[in-house]
Amino acid sequence: MSITLDSKIPEGPLADKWQNYIANQKLVNPANKRKFKIIVIGTGLAGASAAATFGELGYQVEAFTFHDSPRRAHSIAAQGGINAAKNYQGDGDSVHRLFYDTVKGGDFRAREANVHRLAEVSVDIIDQMVAQGVPFAREYGGLLDNRSFGGAQVSRTFYARGQTGQQLLIGAYQQLARQIGLGNVKLWNRMEMVDVVTIDGRCAGIVTRDLMTGEFSSHSAHAVVLATGGYGNVFYLSTNAMACNVTGAWRAHRRGAAFANPCYTQIHPTCIPQADDFQSKLTLMSESLRNDGRIWVPKNPDETRSADQIPEEDRDYYLERIYPSFGNLAPRDVSSRAAKRMVDAGQGVGPLKNGVYLDFADAIGRLGKDVIEERYGNLFEMYERITGESPYVVPMRIYPASHYTMGGLWVDYELQTTIPGLFCAGEANFSDHGANRLGASALMQGLSDGYFVLPYTIAPYLADLLNKPIPDTSHPEFAKIQQEATDRFKQYMAIGGTKTPDHFHRELGRIIWDYCGMDRNANGLEKALSEIPALHEEFKKDLKVTGSDTSINQTLEKAGRVDDFFELGLLMCKDALNREESCGGHFRSEHQTDDGEALRNDDDFAYVSAWEWTGDPSNPVEHKEPLEYEVVKFATRSYK
Amino acid sequence: MSTLTNLTLKIWRQDGPDAQGRFETHQIPEISDEASFLELLDILNERLIEEGKEAIVFDHDCREGICGTCSLMIDGCAHGPQKGTATCQVHMRVFNSGDEIVVEPWRAAAFPIIKDLMVDRSAFDRIIEAGGYITAPTGGAPDANLIPIPKPVSDAAMDAAACIGCGACVAACPNGAASLFTSAKIAHLNLLPQGQAERYKRAEAMVEKMDEYFGSCTNHGECQAACPKEISIDNIATMNVDYLKSKFKNRKALAR
Repeated sequence: MSITLDSKIPEGPLADKWQNYIANQKLVNPANKRKFKIIVIGTGLAGASAAATFGELGYQVEAFTFHDSPRRAHSIAAQGGINAAKNYQGDGDSVHRLFYDTVKGGDFRAREANVHRLAEVSVDIIDQMVAQGVPFAREYGGLLDNRSFGGAQVSRTFYARGQTGQQLLIGAYQQLARQIGLGNVKLWNRMEMVDVVTIDGRCAGIVTRDLMTGEFSSHSAHAVVLATGGYGNVFYLSTNAMACNVTGAWRAHRRGAAFANPCYTQIHPTCIPQADDFQSKLTLMSESLRNDGRIWVPKNPDETRSADQIPEEDRDYYLERIYPSFGNLAPRDVSSRAAKRMVDAGQGVGPLKNGVYLDFADAIGRLGKDVIEERYGNLFEMYERITGESPYVVPMRIYPASHYTMGGLWVDYELQTTIPGLFCAGEANFSDHGANRLGASALMQGLSDGYFVLPYTIAPYLADLLNKPIPDTSHPEFAKIQQEATDRFKQYMAIGGTKTPDHFHRELGRIIWDYCGMDRNANGLEKALSEIPALHEEFKKDLKVTGSDTSINQTLEKAGRVDDFFELGLLMCKDALNREESCGGHFRSEHQTDDGEALRNDDDFAYVSAWEWTGDPSNPVEHKEPLEYEVVKFATRSYK
Repeated sequence: MSTLTNLTLKIWRQDGPDAQGRFETHQIPEISDEASFLELLDILNERLIEEGKEAIVFDHDCREGICGTCSLMIDGCAHGPQKGTATCQVHMRVFNSGDEIVVEPWRAAAFPIIKDLMVDRSAFDRIIEAGGYITAPTGGAPDANLIPIPKPVSDAAMDAAACIGCGACVAACPNGAASLFTSAKIAHLNLLPQGQAERYKRAEAMVEKMDEYFGSCTNHGECQAACPKEISIDNIATMNVDYLKSKFKNRKALAR
């Protein structure tokens, strides 16, 4: 199989491309829509909104989630907000500015046409969500409130306390629930997709494993949408939920979908520092806290006084010092690396000296405790529950952690992967954020893909299939792939080694964090490339899974997910080694300016790397999609 | 940071929905007070697997108190001893060395046990499917600022909308009622101007679907006490009023 990357960017000036696309695309008439079956995997923002909208349009839809309910998807944990170019504050925002900020924030490694479309539909998302009853924050006059976020100089972020992701996901879930109640969407819960089936070069369906019974089954469809989220849990410790995994995207990759930019991972600057070795996950404290909190470390690495005893002149407000115009709102990658430099220099705070202060004393003095409580009350409570310290009294301690992955399955303008009929939406695809995602843009992208892009872009593919027979699950290919999946899980049970899936996950995470985390270099990456396959071999020989494979078995589920993380981790390191430049979340220490900032190389690396699976995880083939900018000019990203 | 020693866990094990359940006792010699309660279970599970035993099944995911996946009756309290806190956010510092901690699944007729500590809460989804939404198909929504919503109204809707659908209210209720869950959604949507068109239809449909699965509310108030998001039982009053009205206000009369 050989992959060609045709991005299918529509004709016309950038600002007209999406409207031109809509005007000229093929449609499926309402009476014919019911002839098409679409499978949607994942019920987060992208999956739930896509499945609900397909159902409204009249397609036959089947939605799959491995959770007990669609409402559990990890989109729910997003705290800060969602961007939209509404310009309700009259502060100079526009579609173009949101587009430009997103391309610049992504360090000029995103596809211009996709990002512009995202900025265009952002305004529709807010209208849609308000109509659905999402209780966004409001001013006393009853109009919607906005706040500012990292990487922007306007206030364009809509929010619902510190629970914006929850409210948006519940909104999308309710729309999906309505379609389920009406019988337009069939929901399969506690079902995990374990493989993709391709027949005659197109995606014919999927194989699933019922988590309750361990039964494998096949499902055919005209088109399949993967909305299975990101792979941040490859680091083991991340802000992702425990069950987040790469299996959906990875299994598609193994069947022919190119995987793009795997090395673009985002480290979020404001997480609660690790407290101990057995820690299972890290908790994010919304980036919106940086609106009012000031980040600092003691100037003296040997400082022993408590934060409130350290006078102003002995504090280093390093973000305000180094980046005066953006200050504490410098983008995520920039502020993460700055924090790492401070901790590496020994100026870290807390019992393990592994954090920096995020201090609200000034804001409380200026605005009063009530205003701060109104804005961040639930975050402060969460922090106190985890650490036992109250941020109203002592500064928070924060440190960067893996949070989001910009890389993902390669998709064209229609969000179609390199397997015809297989589409990919939300965090699982690579499309909109380039090498770094700005805050409050993940919710925007998930809902954009699901509500406003896929419902249009899936139609041309389906229109071509009208009245043509498609293979059903009696096709031998389904039986073959279902058998392979069954054997794979039987094998995990059969190894009978000594170590748990979590043990291997932790070890893998350590390698990836050390060599392919915030700071990468060729030596480290080479090391990772030899250590990961060795550990994977050990996994295959020494894994221990107890329990049975015919009733719910969380150990077995985990084994399958960790197995896929090994191969993905290898590809991440390979991609990071190939990309000999620093851009966005990908920082190669060999490529930095004299003052330690990322040094991009636009002459040689202004492309998307899209990797093709060859059957040997150590030898993938790289394809390149050149990034051609019509409107935006390359510039050095400066937030000084 | 300090260490707790000599804990005894009595944990409910049950092989399947129809199997006989039993308590199993495990000793935890020491654990840091920085550990979360679920990390304690993780550590225990790793030990069990290494000993060749089956890990304890429990639902959990975000571990930030927002997804609502985790459950657990800890010492007879839904989500454990800490007020306004989901199980995943309970840390060991709320316990003492030498404690015996009893861990059980949610117990309610509408939440059958799947295995060990995991229960089936899909009855909640059926209630939402019956009417827990505003009919607003994608596309064609008016500008978001077209309808101003007074801040107190929007705040009250948000208070109700904070529900995470964990089911603690049902587990804590002596009647196994789902009134707090159902009323929180009804209040969230019925308070907003966008929710008015379907207000009474929604109340009627959701309450009647709820009654198919769950027990009746007799105002014990245990639900509010157990709720990790501290949702108020005032919402139940809102639900009851709207349900009652739905029965004598027919839709045509309402239009006049």
